[in-house]
Amino acid sequence: MKANSTNPNEDLQTIREIMERSSKFLSLSGLSGIFAGACALVGAALAWLIILDSGRIPYQEYMVRTDDLSYSGIRFYLALDAMLVLGCAFFGAVYFSQRKARKAGQRIWTHSTRRLLIHLLIPLLSGGIFMLILVFRNNLELIAPVMLIFYGLSLVNAGKFTLGEIHYLGLTEIVLGILAGVFIHQGLLFWTIGFGIMHLIYGAVMYYRYERLR
Amino acid sequence: MKNPISNLQKVFESRIRLGLMSALMVNDSLDFNALKQLLELTDGNLASHLKALEQQEIVVVSKQFIDRKPSTSYKATEHGKDLFSRHLAALEELIRNQ
Repeated sequence: MKANSTNPNEDLQTIREIMERSSKFLSLSGLSGIFAGACALVGAALAWLIILDSGRIPYQEYMVRTDDLSYSGIRFYLALDAMLVLGCAFFGAVYFSQRKARKAGQRIWTHSTRRLLIHLLIPLLSGGIFMLILVFRNNLELIAPVMLIFYGLSLVNAGKFTLGEIHYLGLTEIVLGILAGVFIHQGLLFWTIGFGIMHLIYGAVMYYRYERLR
Repeated sequence: MKNPISNLQKVFESRIRLGLMSALMVNDSLDFNALKQLLELTDGNLASHLKALEQQEIVVVSKQFIDRKPSTSYKATEHGKDLFSRHLAALEELIRNQ
């Protein structure tokens, strides 16, 4: 950084750059979105093709007939599947963000990162706890819509502190969550659109906008 | 017409002070380490520039203990924000008249 300034253009550029860098987490990579979408699609394919036996096991039945113990294995594998998807997507997000920060010569763990995470985690953890309540109360049908809605709210809340597309991804997830609540038997379908296809689309858009040319 | 140069603030002629103020305009308050990381400065260099801004009442300092460790955070004053806005307007004016 030059000590003294003589050029108003450079001054304004410095101001803009520092304002953005100090208030937003810019290391979020579009590749994390693409990777998370791919994880979700693989997870959904596993759920549909193997756990639900290509749809021969009716989705609505194992969700409603919680007294029938023959379905408890299916519910366990679905939960395991969902956890694996979450884990993979999370590690992808950390890995690709670190890579992007390193390429740009920026630090990853800054006060912008902490602020982004706090705003992301407040609705996300509330949703996670609420989902556990739904599981223990056997309201399994509501899990897909609740997951989408709370995830959408988390993104909208965190969107103020990172790249603008996240805000719209959040709104999309909320709409999908509400639709999943209306078409309650299509939970897996809406989950696949929301976590798989939407992450792929938004990830690709962000990658082409911010990273491809650099 | 008033000469825009008269609105340029001498205190913001330094890029570092300009940078410090830019960060404090968009964040309620920032601590010493956050500013240090953001602008990639040494402790001494950052401290002397912050001291200059503090003396001119452009920023205020608050010291507190978090987990028994001292933490110093900085905030832009109303006066400082006003000076910065005028400086910014003057810069824009200069570019328009180029």
